[in-house]
Amino acid sequence: MAKKSEITPEIVAEHGLSESEYAIILDRLGREPNLTELGIFSVMWSEHCSYKSSRRHLAKFLTTGDRVIQGPGENAGVIDINDGDAIIFKMESHNHPSYIEPYQGAATGVGGIMRDVFTMGARPIALMNALRFGEPTHWKTKQLVSGVVAGIGGYGNCVGVPTVGGETNFHKGYNGNILVNAMCVGLAKADNIFLSAAKGVGNPIFYVGSKTGRDGIHGATMASAEFDDDSDEKRPTVQVGDPFTEKLLIEACLELMATDAIIAIQDMGAAGLTSSSIEMADKGGVGIQINLDKVPQREPNMTAYEMMLSESQERMLMVIQPGKEKLAYDIFEKWELDVALIGKTTDTGNLVLKHKRKKVCDIPIAPLADDAPNYDRPHVKTEAREVLEARDIHETQDYNDALLRIMTSPDIASKRWIWEQYDRHVMTDTVDSSQSGGDAAIVRVHGTKKAVAITTDCTPRYVYADPYEGGKQCVAETWRNLTCVGADPIAITDCLNFGNPERPEIMGQFVGAIEGMNEACHAFDYPVVSGNVSLYNETNGQAIPPTPAVGGVGLIPDLEKHMTLKGAKDGDTLILIGDTTGWLGSSIYLSEILSREDGAPPPVNLSTEKLNGDYVRKLIRGRRVNAVHDCSDGGLAVTACEMAFASGQGMHIVAPTNGKTHGWLFGEDQARYLLAVEENSVNPVIATAKAKGIEAQIVGSVGGDRIKADGAFDVSLEKLRAANEAWLPNLMNGDA
Amino acid sequence: MKALVYVGLKPGVLDPQGRTIARSLNDLGFDEVTNALQGKVIELTLNGEDAEAAEARVTEMCEKLLANTVIENYRIEMQL
Amino acid sequence: MQTAVIRFPASNCDRDAAVALEKVTGRAPIMVWHRETELPDGIDFVVMPGGFSYGDYLRSGAIASRSPIVRDIKAKSEAGLPVAGFCNGFQVLTEAGMLPGALMRNKNLKFVCRPERLTVANANTRYTKHYAPKSEVTFPVAHHDGNYFADKDTLNRIEKEGRVTFRYVSNPNGSLNDIAGIVNKAGNVFGMMPHPERAIDDMHGGTDGLGLFKSIIESI
Repeated sequence: MAKKSEITPEIVAEHGLSESEYAIILDRLGREPNLTELGIFSVMWSEHCSYKSSRRHLAKFLTTGDRVIQGPGENAGVIDINDGDAIIFKMESHNHPSYIEPYQGAATGVGGIMRDVFTMGARPIALMNALRFGEPTHWKTKQLVSGVVAGIGGYGNCVGVPTVGGETNFHKGYNGNILVNAMCVGLAKADNIFLSAAKGVGNPIFYVGSKTGRDGIHGATMASAEFDDDSDEKRPTVQVGDPFTEKLLIEACLELMATDAIIAIQDMGAAGLTSSSIEMADKGGVGIQINLDKVPQREPNMTAYEMMLSESQERMLMVIQPGKEKLAYDIFEKWELDVALIGKTTDTGNLVLKHKRKKVCDIPIAPLADDAPNYDRPHVKTEAREVLEARDIHETQDYNDALLRIMTSPDIASKRWIWEQYDRHVMTDTVDSSQSGGDAAIVRVHGTKKAVAITTDCTPRYVYADPYEGGKQCVAETWRNLTCVGADPIAITDCLNFGNPERPEIMGQFVGAIEGMNEACHAFDYPVVSGNVSLYNETNGQAIPPTPAVGGVGLIPDLEKHMTLKGAKDGDTLILIGDTTGWLGSSIYLSEILSREDGAPPPVNLSTEKLNGDYVRKLIRGRRVNAVHDCSDGGLAVTACEMAFASGQGMHIVAPTNGKTHGWLFGEDQARYLLAVEENSVNPVIATAKAKGIEAQIVGSVGGDRIKADGAFDVSLEKLRAANEAWLPNLMNGDA
Repeated sequence: MKALVYVGLKPGVLDPQGRTIARSLNDLGFDEVTNALQGKVIELTLNGEDAEAAEARVTEMCEKLLANTVIENYRIEMQL
Repeated sequence: MQTAVIRFPASNCDRDAAVALEKVTGRAPIMVWHRETELPDGIDFVVMPGGFSYGDYLRSGAIASRSPIVRDIKAKSEAGLPVAGFCNGFQVLTEAGMLPGALMRNKNLKFVCRPERLTVANANTRYTKHYAPKSEVTFPVAHHDGNYFADKDTLNRIEKEGRVTFRYVSNPNGSLNDIAGIVNKAGNVFGMMPHPERAIDDMHGGTDGLGLFKSIIESI
């Protein structure tokens, strides 16, 4: 490289690199980088790729356990589910692209997370998504909801992987910055997991999938930049998804994986060819040489810089066993995919790129990956909120109206309008999905009697009020939801969505939430095996509510003993497991009925959670219960309504023995489960609970066609259901 | 040589996409819009010099693949 | 009894169809790649599975219907080979001219996935004999382009000839005459938008679909 690059401070700044970061680059290279090299550093050192603000905190997570085959650090996490089977899963954000172009942003988010999973050798078997939109009345919300939902459906439906569940919240805190978090779960053989570490010297590197275009150049740095009012102009950097190619890529990769041809494989995700090649080389401790002229290109005259930074979708990089090149060519050509031998592994430890017979990049790999900046950003603890007592909170005078308002509130209303646009049944192993409104989706392991249970959860209003307790709650709720369907919770993935980490109060939320989450992980022996961090979710300096979305996966060893909330029968007794204090701080009652969002959130006692959950699981496996539902958002009243909707049975709730009625019905105390139990099991269920020191009480009965609570409400089940179902269609059809 | 092939739904076949477009335009204040039809344009780049022969081939392409004549009609525009 | 399932690029219900066929016939179907020019010898029944063949680009089913294997299947169906298409398979059959009409974008423009109640409109076909006349079954639907259209004459003809096999109880997509499934004039080619292959298992979608597979298999 005879010609010196002319890197001005402006160019450095445009690449999102700070002066001090650029000084490190100069130091490590011992010279000025050229533009291609600068681009490579900028994406590798972006927040998105380097986790420079979060790395030291993520390192604290519990990441190991008896069933963990692969923890964080690979494309996805891998857990053992017996009989030689493994589950591979991960959740990832696609927030910024989805705000700018909702359909393509959401679609490519789904595509990306699926690639992370099948790259490791798994056939994707389920998709989930956790969505947060702005307030329903905001002018942009409807357009974003309809675009995101169509994009998720358009991609997942076409590829033929069922979208089985998820959650959707609306809050003004997301008006300028929605969250689209997608999770994929795949099934593999435990002895045939594929990793990304390149090995050996002189081994061929294959490029497979779509051609490279100028899509998403600087997507990785965009995902790490705050929004401003000009964001609409950033549109050209959003990638376009091609689910057809993705489907072919899945089939072709799985076919090749059934042979012994692959040494290492990596998806070209954010930062495309740059991050995939560098991660493979870095993990394997080798160098890589690539001839960019060989890269399949969609547009003429692409520069080295553009090819290295392109985020064209549906592409993979793999290191192939020498001698197996023809096998690889044959399989990819059968599936009509572009395939090219673009380079080889070397022993130089450097990334060397050639383009038009010139060396356009020659940089050591170690500083790009391992020596990436690792900041200890200042953080301040979120101030504790006052604990509100139910007796100090206004009690509604019209419980019928209060129940109706809560059941038609944005977070509680039926999301049928959304999930009916997702194919939930393809692959014919979906035992339960969003369709029943249950706690976790249940997907059978094909050809067996076992199943995986999957859930995503986060209660941002709790995390905002108290990051530590809220963080604990996110993890505990997934654990509880998996328990509700009779699964043994195994591990989680997370998607940590926060604001600008350079602000100490935001960093304080991040650190607090991680501490809480980690404590719950330890209490449940429930490790984090994969995840993703999305920072800078801010618009004009306004951060989103902190949203550490958690995806939990569990195993149902025998489907004969799974559970849902659908089975409540006429004459069953309702038993509530767990203590009710009537906690209304940060509750749905407070926000929907009193328009207040204050008060400390409900504390999570992890040992009580464990005790109660283990007992409920035991009751399910002993066939002592007909229906189980987690008691969370909106309290006992909402839990009973949801059980009524799913079972088609009315519910009758008795008056509280002590405390206020609004706290009893709408309080959000944690570690609680509502059970529908046949008469002859009632006494044993309560007696055994008492003996174990678990709170258990009869709270009502099942039957009839009304939803009643003594001294409070009495409404028709069908009318309430109709109202609950109508809210979202009315909003989307413009009648709200 | 290029051929532009316009494919659209036949008159009388319900076009919900077109209807939605028309309604949205009305909502935006474009009250003069009474109807919209949505179709697609396929631009073909062709070898050869004989426009007449080419048009005959493109017609065949329309009949065989580009349009479903149960519901769609098509129009060809040759560009030299 | 040997059945076959055709695999197009981005078929995605091919495995589901195979599971259903194996369950009913006791024998795994042969999976036939779209580039084949001929069906293997001895095939008694062919299923065109659901999915998004060729990404549904151009029109759903259009490109698949022009593939070499479909040409062979069409010729053999004219000689009497039974062929069924579900969802995308139905779209392929109409595009190939093996069944009348066309499947257009759903009336509300949205993809729809839900269990759908259907009435058996004609229980006297090779595909519906196992059902009682006018009985009701529930099959899942999952499609974006399931809005059945045919011109007036065609519609009158297939109605008069009793070729409408299933109708929606509450029409999810705008199909004319609530049509969910039809047969050809000879009665050996059948297509429907709902997924009978997703209704063969108590753990998943119920077992209403078994009757359809049993009907056709027993008729061979």
